[in-house]
Amino acid sequence: MSAPVLFDLPGPKARARIRIGTVIGSLLVLAVIAFVLVRLNGNDQLDPQRWSVLFDPNSGVPQALGQALLRTLRVAAVGMVVATVLGLLLAVGRLSDHRAVRIVVTTVIEFFRAIPLLVVIFALYFVLPSFGIRLSTYAALTIGLVLYNMAVLAEIFRAGILSVDRGQSEAAYGIGLRKSQVMRLVLLPQAVRRMLPVLVAQLVVLLKDSSLGFIIGYFELLRQARSLVEFFTPRFGNEYTFQLYVAAGLIYIIVNVLLSQLAKYIERRSRRSPKTAATQAVDLPDAPSVTGQTSI
Amino acid sequence: MVQFFIDNFPLLRDAFLKTLQLSVLAGLLALVLGTLLAAFRVSPITPLRGLATFYVETFRNTPLTVVFFFIIFGLPQIDFAVGFFTGSVLAVGLYTAAFVCEAVRSGINAVSPGQAEAARALGLTFGQSLREVVLPQAFRTVVPPLGNVWIAMVKNTSIAAGFAVTELTASLQRLSNANGGEILLVLAAVVAGYMLITVPSAYVVSRVERRVAILR
Repeated sequence: MSAPVLFDLPGPKARARIRIGTVIGSLLVLAVIAFVLVRLNGNDQLDPQRWSVLFDPNSGVPQALGQALLRTLRVAAVGMVVATVLGLLLAVGRLSDHRAVRIVVTTVIEFFRAIPLLVVIFALYFVLPSFGIRLSTYAALTIGLVLYNMAVLAEIFRAGILSVDRGQSEAAYGIGLRKSQVMRLVLLPQAVRRMLPVLVAQLVVLLKDSSLGFIIGYFELLRQARSLVEFFTPRFGNEYTFQLYVAAGLIYIIVNVLLSQLAKYIERRSRRSPKTAATQAVDLPDAPSVTGQTSI
Repeated sequence: MVQFFIDNFPLLRDAFLKTLQLSVLAGLLALVLGTLLAAFRVSPITPLRGLATFYVETFRNTPLTVVFFFIIFGLPQIDFAVGFFTGSVLAVGLYTAAFVCEAVRSGINAVSPGQAEAARALGLTFGQSLREVVLPQAFRTVVPPLGNVWIAMVKNTSIAAGFAVTELTASLQRLSNANGGEILLVLAAVVAGYMLITVPSAYVVSRVERRVAILR
């Protein structure tokens, strides 16, 4: 923690100031919360009647949202698996001894990292039909997620492989392993363990990005909520609109928070693990480039 | 094909300018709000720390599309209707602020504790040591991460295409009924448009980084 360094143990005056600050700060936070609640209440948005639709099986809403969640998770799960496998292959390809392979793989990785994911998805969904290839929204979304994330994951794996102490591969060559064996048996297992926290963090990004399906009309949570609203509005007006939107958003946030917590847990565990002892502390390359190293 | 490009040039140019405008406005919002949040996160006042932590954790775990969705479709439900463009600036800016906050905070943490201790020993107050000693050094170390956040944010503005803002990505959708060769041209123009922002940005950031770098 760096915080205590900035201010040493407060004396009586500072404590009084901090106390005043705390009171004002709390009041400010409470005022914001109260304002939002009053605003919502003024529009009768807090009426339990309106929220009950989310839990009433007869309305069909819980089922619809549940299925939408499954569709979201399906895209994310397929995307994660395929992107991880392709990312591993690309990482190995980028470290290949053959120059041609290196150049091709590097071009692919840098290209997909440099352009926005939504442009990739739009290209698959709107451009390919001009060439006679018509993809479903599901396919366009999944392939887009795979193409973008495999490139990002490839860089993560590459950083992991490079972080393994050189003595490891030298020793492996020394006992007579082939290039592919060194990679497969010695470098990759250590690299993957080392990069596991970053890997899971990237998977959270992938799950977040699956919400782009909303834009091309894949029925994930947001699109489902929107269509439920369009279904309810002629009958009940705006009665349930806000509730449905909040529900869809909250489900997204909860799933993401859970996956983030998993990432933190894995990071804590892997920090203690002796199995990553032969890797150095590396971060992903920090230098700014067109690809924007962080995916946010 | 050349004729097609000339015909649609105004559309593409306006779309590019829209993306640029959206990026700059959202970037300014994110920079100001993110720095403020970072100051909150290291302040001695507990509620402010809690508020900033809550903000960052919430936005980092919310898909940007959901933020857009709430601002464009959710806010009108509580009588705060905003236009599509303003809503997009708000969505991208508020979302990116969380990442700016994290970058600036990691910069503050990277300043060696000895610096802050020395500042305290000289008798500077919390505000003074932050302003005169810690933040100037922190800002230098955060140049590369902030540059990366900026570039990622420029790419993220593409989501505004889904919310009726005619920026670069949306022009791809707009012209999608063009024939094969023509649409590839549009795609290339869109990609080039993003590169036109990100490549010079990356160059400027690495120049600035070298200029302000300090040896530790």
